[in-house]
Order: sequence, then structure tokens, then C-alpha cells
Amino acid sequence: MIEARNVKKYFGGKAAVAGISFSVRKGEVLGFLGPNGAGKSTTMRMITGFLPLSEGTVTIDGCDIEEKPVEAKRLFGYLPENAPAYQEMTVSGFLKFSASIRGLSGEAGENAIARAVKLCHLEKVLNQTIDTLSKGYHHRVCFAQAILHDPPVLILDEPTDGLDPNQKHEMRELIREMGRTKAIIVSTHILEEVEAICTRVIIIDRGELVFNGTPRELRARAPQGERLLVTLLGVDGDGARAALEALPQVRRVEILGREGESLSLALHPSGRQENFALTIKKALDERSWQFSELHTESGRLDEVFRSLTTSDSTGRKEGAA
Amino acid sequence: MNTVLTMIRRELGSTFTSPVAYVFLVMFLVLSGFFTFMIGGFFLRNEADLNSFFFWFPWLFLLLVPAVGMRQWAEERRQGTLELLFTMPVSVPQAVLGKFLAGWIFLGIALILTCPIVGTVCYLGDPDPGPIVTGYTGSFLLAGAYLAISGMTSAFTRNQIVSFITSTVLCLLLVLVGFPPVTGLLLKWGAPAGLLNFSAGLSVFYHFNGMQRGVFDLRDIVYFLSLMVLALVITGVALKNRRG
Repeated sequence: MIEARNVKKYFGGKAAVAGISFSVRKGEVLGFLGPNGAGKSTTMRMITGFLPLSEGTVTIDGCDIEEKPVEAKRLFGYLPENAPAYQEMTVSGFLKFSASIRGLSGEAGENAIARAVKLCHLEKVLNQTIDTLSKGYHHRVCFAQAILHDPPVLILDEPTDGLDPNQKHEMRELIREMGRTKAIIVSTHILEEVEAICTRVIIIDRGELVFNGTPRELRARAPQGERLLVTLLGVDGDGARAALEALPQVRRVEILGREGESLSLALHPSGRQENFALTIKKALDERSWQFSELHTESGRLDEVFRSLTTSDSTGRKEGAA
Repeated sequence: MNTVLTMIRRELGSTFTSPVAYVFLVMFLVLSGFFTFMIGGFFLRNEADLNSFFFWFPWLFLLLVPAVGMRQWAEERRQGTLELLFTMPVSVPQAVLGKFLAGWIFLGIALILTCPIVGTVCYLGDPDPGPIVTGYTGSFLLAGAYLAISGMTSAFTRNQIVSFITSTVLCLLLVLVGFPPVTGLLLKWGAPAGLLNFSAGLSVFYHFNGMQRGVFDLRDIVYFLSLMVLALVITGVALKNRRG
């Protein structure tokens, strides 16, 4: 549905986006990640035809955004960063305008507005002017505008920004639900969000693509890998470490901290193991050591993200491969 | 066409929900009345015509029309709605035309609201309807030309003040190059007459003057329309290339 080929953008000779290619199919939710200033919003603005491309092509369902902009723009809904909207208009006025400009008039327009209002819970503020709304409502008004015409493609720049935790949860549910039948691009800073809603992730850094894969593949790149967190009660630190490190399944034991009676450890397995937690539990039981916590921590996304987007050039090359 | 109508409706709706529109209308009516009666010497002239009314429009519009046009694009840019608008299925020409026409309709409404002055002349005497019709047509065209120019400067900036000042200066230049005291002075300083005639031909003052006196010349209409088209085309190009 969305096809970006070798998209480049120069601002005054400086490359803000240095040749990015990716595609999103129907039924996919693509997470678009990157540090601030990496070129996420610029890329989104080019995909949506707001900024002209310096090089490359973007097509939405076969429609070239530069050659047939109006046709292509009919096919998607876009939530820009900071959710802009005409401040002096009422919510219903704004939605009517959006419907009308997308060619939805009369009953079709009213139905579309009613549906979007219901999905975004805007019933209470319909007659308020937009400048009187809270940030959360602001965001939802702009989101309502994006889904109004039930487009096959959705492009959302930080859709959960400024929402409270309940609204965030609801927005994610909504995106996941819509992701079954649409092609969606979501840009975000929030890594948990990627796991919650995305079927695929791309990461860009300084205008270059450094990762393109599933959230699972992303996690597998964690430099730490899987580890087991254990909190033991009433056990001497060094003794416990020595005893656990003596096990063949354990590669390394890290003491994370001590608080009164409880001692927190991180156990790194030697190689991949199916039942690492079970092995450790047995070992603890054999020694009759009490524990208050035992859980497996899989590779941390923020660490992967950090390793992919810091200046380390080897990580960058690997990621792009 | 529907898209342009939708744009016009939204623009006019927004215009009339803001107090600025009403302040503008009151200012326009008060000032045009003031100039006509107090400075233009409407009664002293003792003639049943609207010359002293129309005469001031090139000057009055200089301040008032850029106040309408300055927000057109600068405001969209400032609010970030430019990004919203140009990712909707709207082409640049449709957007430019919609906004321009909405502003022009608003200025037309302002002109229609001056009708009591026509009533006054009709009550006091028996005016020739010709100059009144051409005078109003000319004023409407003049307002459109100024509006297109201020919309153009608005497309280049996100700052309304900058847009206002630039467009006022541009419009002032268009007046002055044909304003007799200025051209007379230049002639005295030895500017070639041919050049002055040419520059006068570029002036809104020259073309408006004819219409104000009741001369209905197609060239004047073509002049104003081409000024508008030129400014609108530049607006479109500016928006297409510098949308960030």
C-alpha cells in the first residue's frame, strides 16, 4: 500500500533523509522509530506529500504522491506531529470541513462524522471551539479527522503523545484493531508501544535506515540478551554469587544491589537455554534459599535502540544489513 | 470546484467567528465616512456624486486590505494547519483560489455595507448612476488586487506583521508610481516622459482613477485581473516550494 523508494531530502545541501526505502502492506502496522531529529517527521511529511522529495519516489496504493498528489491524498489519513487543527473552529465545524474536503457530503458525511466522533469520544466537546480543548482532546480531534473517511492507509506521527494512560491504551487498541484491515505507519518514541501495536519496525538514525524487521527480531539484538532476575532473602552476596557461578548453566552473576535482607542478582545464562529459570529455581531449592522474586527479562528494547542509534559505526552497519 | 467552495465556506466561517472581522468592518465604514465627509469635503463640493468617497480608496485600502490578507497563509503556517491542509486532497491552486475568493467576498461585503452613502447622494440630489457603478466595480477590483498581493506576502512568512508591512509597501509603490504629485516631481527632476508614462500605466492609481470617474475601460479591468492572477500564481509557487 505504501511504497517508499530511496527517499531523500536535502535542506540547504545537508541531507536530512539520506535515501530510505521501505514498504507497508495491508494488515501491517509499521513502527517508525528514531531519536529526535533523525528525520522521522521529515520522512512522514514527504510520504504525505507535504514536503517535496529531493530524490526518490513514494507511491500510495500505486498512486505517485508527486505526480498525482490529490488522488494519492484521498487514500490516506494523516495525523501530523502536534496535531494541528483550526483553533477558531468548533469540533463539529472542523470535522464537517474535513468531510466536505474529502468529498463526503450529506448523509455520507454525517455518518462518517458520527462514526469518528464515537471512536474518538468527542461527543461532549462537539460544540466547543478547538482552542478551548485540552491536549488530549486536541489530539483526538485531529485523529478523528484522519480516520473520518475510513482510508486504507493511516500515517500517524506520535499518535499517543499527550494522552493520559487510559487514552493511550485505548488509542493503541484502536490502532491495532484498524491495523488488521489497513496499512498503518506509526512514529513513536515509546518502545513499549512498538511491541504493543506494531507488526514491523524500522529505525532511522541521522537520515539513514538502521533497522527493518519485526519487534521480536529487534529484541533479539539486545546486547545483554536474556537474563534472569533473582531476589534472595538472607543470603550472603559473595557466597551466593560463587555458588551460582559454579553452575554450568550460568555464565555470569551480577549483583544489582542489596536492601536489608534482600539481595538482587542478575543471572546470565551460558548460551540459549529453554528452562533456565527452572534450573535456577531447582538450584535455589536444593540450598533451601528463600527468594522473593524470580523472573526472566528478555532483551531490553531501549538498549537495542541505544546501540543502533548511537555513533557506534559497527552497530550501524550491522543494523542496515 | 467543490473543494474551492468548501475552502471558501471554511474561510468565511472562520473570518466571521473572529472579532477581527467586525473590527475591520467598523473601521472601514467609519474611516470611509470620515474621509468622505470631513476631508473629502462632500458637502462643500455641492455635487451629487461619490468622487470624494471613491477618491480615498487606494489609500484607505492600503492599510485595511493587508489586515485581511496578512493572516491568510501566515496563520496557517503558524498553527501548523498548512501541513493538514496540504495533506488533504486539495491542490495548491484550489487552496490559493479558495482563500483568495473568501477574502474578496469579505471585502465585497464591506463595500456593500457602504450603501447608505449612495442613499445619501440620491436623497440629496440626482446622481448619475454610471460613475457609481464603475466606482464600486473599480473599488472591488482594487481591493482584490491588494488582497492578492497581501496574500502573496503572507505565503512567504509565518509572521503576520511582516506580511502586513511588506504588502502595504508593495501596494504603496503601485499607487505612487502613478500618483501625479510623485510623477510630476520625477518629471521635474528630468526623468524621461516615456518611462513615466509606462510606470503610470503600471499604477493602480491610474487605472482606478478612470473607473472612479465613470470611464468603463476594458484595459483597466484587464489590468486589475492580471495583477491578481500574477500575485496568486506567485503565491502558489511560494507555497509549492517552501512549505516547511
